[in-house]
Amino acid sequence: MSDKIEAVKKLFTSKSSRVETNKGDTYYQDLFAKCEARLNEMRAQTPANRLDFSELLEENGIDRREFMKWASATTAMLMLPPMFTPLVADAAVMMNRAPVIWLELQDCAGNSEALLRADGPKIDEIVLDIISLEYHETLQAAAGFQAEKQLDEAMETFKGKYLLFVEGSIPMGMNGQYGTIGAAGETFHDHLMRCSENAAAIVAVGACATFGGIPAASPNPTGAVGVMNVVKNKPIINIPACPANPANMVGVILHYLLTGQIPELDSLLRPKFAFGYRIHDNCERRAHFDAGEYVEEWGDKGAQNNFCLYKMGCKGPMTFNNCSIVRYNEGINWPIGVGRGCIGCSEPDFWDKYAYERPMADAKIKAPTGGVEKTVDEFGLGMLTAVGIGIGIHAAASAVAGKREKSGESHE
Amino acid sequence: MSKHIVVDPITRIEGHLRIEAVIDENNTIVDAYSASTMFRGIETILQGRDPRDCGLLAMRICGVCTGTHYQRSIEAVEDAFKITIPKNARIVRNLIQGALYVHDHLVHFYHLHALDFVDVVSALSADPAKTAAEARKWAAVAGESPFIDGEGEFKAIQDRVAKFVKQGRLGIFGNGYWGNAHYKLTPEQNLIGVAHYLQALEIQRDLAKMQAIFGGKNPHPQSIVVGGVTCVQDIQNPARIAQFKSLLLAGRKFVKEAYLPDVYMAGTMYAGEATDSKATFTELMAGKGVGGTGGGLLNYMSYGDFRLDDTGFYKSGLLFPSGIVYGGDISKVADVDQAKIAEDVTHSWYKGDKPLHPYEGQTIPEYTGLDKREDGIAYLKTKEKYSWIKSPIYNDTRVEVGPLARMVVGVARKDKRITKYVTEFLQRGNLPIAVLFSTVGRTAARAIETSLMSDVMIEWVDELAANAAAGDLKTWTDFNFDEVSMSTKGMGLAEAPRGSLGHWVSIADGKVVNYQAVVPSTWNAAPRDYKGRMGAYEASLIGTKVANPEQPLEIIRTIHSFDPCIACAVHVVDTKGKELAVYKVDTSCSI
Repeated sequence: MSDKIEAVKKLFTSKSSRVETNKGDTYYQDLFAKCEARLNEMRAQTPANRLDFSELLEENGIDRREFMKWASATTAMLMLPPMFTPLVADAAVMMNRAPVIWLELQDCAGNSEALLRADGPKIDEIVLDIISLEYHETLQAAAGFQAEKQLDEAMETFKGKYLLFVEGSIPMGMNGQYGTIGAAGETFHDHLMRCSENAAAIVAVGACATFGGIPAASPNPTGAVGVMNVVKNKPIINIPACPANPANMVGVILHYLLTGQIPELDSLLRPKFAFGYRIHDNCERRAHFDAGEYVEEWGDKGAQNNFCLYKMGCKGPMTFNNCSIVRYNEGINWPIGVGRGCIGCSEPDFWDKYAYERPMADAKIKAPTGGVEKTVDEFGLGMLTAVGIGIGIHAAASAVAGKREKSGESHE
Repeated sequence: MSKHIVVDPITRIEGHLRIEAVIDENNTIVDAYSASTMFRGIETILQGRDPRDCGLLAMRICGVCTGTHYQRSIEAVEDAFKITIPKNARIVRNLIQGALYVHDHLVHFYHLHALDFVDVVSALSADPAKTAAEARKWAAVAGESPFIDGEGEFKAIQDRVAKFVKQGRLGIFGNGYWGNAHYKLTPEQNLIGVAHYLQALEIQRDLAKMQAIFGGKNPHPQSIVVGGVTCVQDIQNPARIAQFKSLLLAGRKFVKEAYLPDVYMAGTMYAGEATDSKATFTELMAGKGVGGTGGGLLNYMSYGDFRLDDTGFYKSGLLFPSGIVYGGDISKVADVDQAKIAEDVTHSWYKGDKPLHPYEGQTIPEYTGLDKREDGIAYLKTKEKYSWIKSPIYNDTRVEVGPLARMVVGVARKDKRITKYVTEFLQRGNLPIAVLFSTVGRTAARAIETSLMSDVMIEWVDELAANAAAGDLKTWTDFNFDEVSMSTKGMGLAEAPRGSLGHWVSIADGKVVNYQAVVPSTWNAAPRDYKGRMGAYEASLIGTKVANPEQPLEIIRTIHSFDPCIACAVHVVDTKGKELAVYKVDTSCSI
């Protein structure tokens, strides 16, 4: 556990992988003061439960040192300078002031399952002790009318304060009737509108709730869309991927507690602390890409030696997410580690654009004009193929050259 | 005076399910309807795609039984292409799928089902010393030492829950049916259940890691491809295999020392309900056609799964044999012929006039809505169409699938391993075989299967380690895609944790032309068929006594015993011949 924390911290703070988000001392001092004020305000609030966090850590055999290590790694993950570490620790202690309501629409429960696998604060603490999970269909005891009552009560009690997590897309076809919930047969669309009305912010988790995901894949039979296409005039944070990485869910909650605002987002409303990097730029197989060493078919010598998977359809170069750093299931593995390659699951329309075993260069997608974008902000939709083609050419060239050369898209 | 109960949402399941039940003046259920209220369209989305890419898409049918649709989809294509996968790939797939079984069954019992038996609030009045003794007692029944039996440990857990309850906000435990008369466990037994509920949250994270070692992540692993698997570096690394094994052994310990004893505990406390004082099959079959409470159809089907050798699909020996048992009569077992499978849409929101085999299957939506009445409730139009789930039929009968079906078919087939596990379980608990045909029996069968799986997987891990150590690193079988994908069809028939699962795919010119999946919860959660016969959920509710009509505890207990996974069960719109408006997803940036 602590090795992993160190590794994450190192990666997030090492020069080569850092997204340049440093906003200067004045900005951070200002933010620091804001966060302190916010935390004091939170302290004064009545929490949803009165549990002593230090006691809980002790009960779970986690000493203060271990906890502060976790806080410092989390601070780095949230792209804040080290001086914020004690504030992040305080925010974690006050997670019981973050009531969460979790909706499931056109979903497969994959993100709920992922949340169950969260590391960081252990899940039983998350459920029982830390955040106040007020409504979650997959986990809650009550059903039917009692479940609906639970939801209504939670929305009333925490009016304007709760975070609304949404999993699954919203079917807009056939007047929304492809999905209904509750005894009155409320459509998913109406259900979402009703629950978002008094939310402090909405967190869309997973590919479906963010950009429509699999139900929206061509030909999109039910007219499925993501939350941001339906809900307007509310702060929305997108945590895409299929499923979303629980580390990023916890990160967003912490950031919200700490600052009272939503983290800095990219043009697709994704938090930059998690989606500011390309998979490709932090990939453990990057050296093989630069050296022109590729897996040419499943299970070949290249596969046995962990060569680059670009030619097997890896979409790491077009995909922004932190899985090459955080990985999955407490850092145990990830799709590139397992020799398959990335399918671009944190990007819009990835089912139709990326999720196949062939490289982009072989895909029959029209190449747009424009250069090779390096950062998440420059990386416009529709420009993605330029990189694909670019890399295709680079891949062929470096394979011919057969020697290490500096890639055209690496960060300083 | 009959009363109509609507339960929507059914919680602690995957997906969106509604149950409506009619109870008579004695609070006994006399009629029941099961309906799914959510629809996505995945089979349609699969049409026209490259068959090699379908697995990843099909996997997203469900995030709970994650990986199982993935493997079936890939195997349907391999069957179509006539590919036999290498030994390493077979074993790794068995291990990924086996890890899913152990993980999924454990999460189901503790996090989705236990609260139907365990009263959290009652646990607060337990005596920790007595609780420790009680834990030892049930572990002894299972022939194991208890996972925890320290008075202090139970006290600490009780204190934690007490603190939480005192705040008056129970979070996900809020508004439960605490105190309902049909909770039958003692406070001490409830405390054991609560303690294990919390510990299982920890254990399941480690079990999920097993899938991630060879699959890349959980949910939604990514290492299976048409022709084999990609995780060659995890196979060639002895440390990885050792890590898998140590996680397996830790999970197995919890299965043996907590899960099995808890099932004995719940099973014994509810045993009266499990047999309803009927002991013979003839008696079971007489009268209302139900065994114990929640018995239901009593026709059990298994396609069989987990290949034990490399002779190829539908030829090799299997861990779970295939077969069908009618009327709970385990003295006879029939072979399964997939040609006898058909889906009927009389009561489903689709067009169609006769049951069709999945290769001919159509999915043309015809939504007729709900009946909104003055009381603000929208009722199912039960005389007409009322669900997004089709009604699968085998050999013109309705059947149940799942762990219970696998155990029943295994015993009927006289399979040595399954018979041993089932018999030992019943003997240790001093339970008659008739208890299996009930809600409690369904839950017990799942535990027996988990125990068996956690043992057999040790053999598989060792087999993989030995094979890799001997220098066999082959993980993929080559094939010429252009040649094999011209015109062909194939099927992936297997057993998912929740029961029989089939994917049928037709391929022409390198593209999918038709795709149908008939999944476990379709068999179980289906509405009535063209002859008015009930599906497994519906049938299992008939005759159940409800303690308090305002609290549907018994309904959700029986429904949960099937481990519903509804997103899987719902078919997908086929837009052929029907003009739906095209909804283009707007992916432009909005700030």
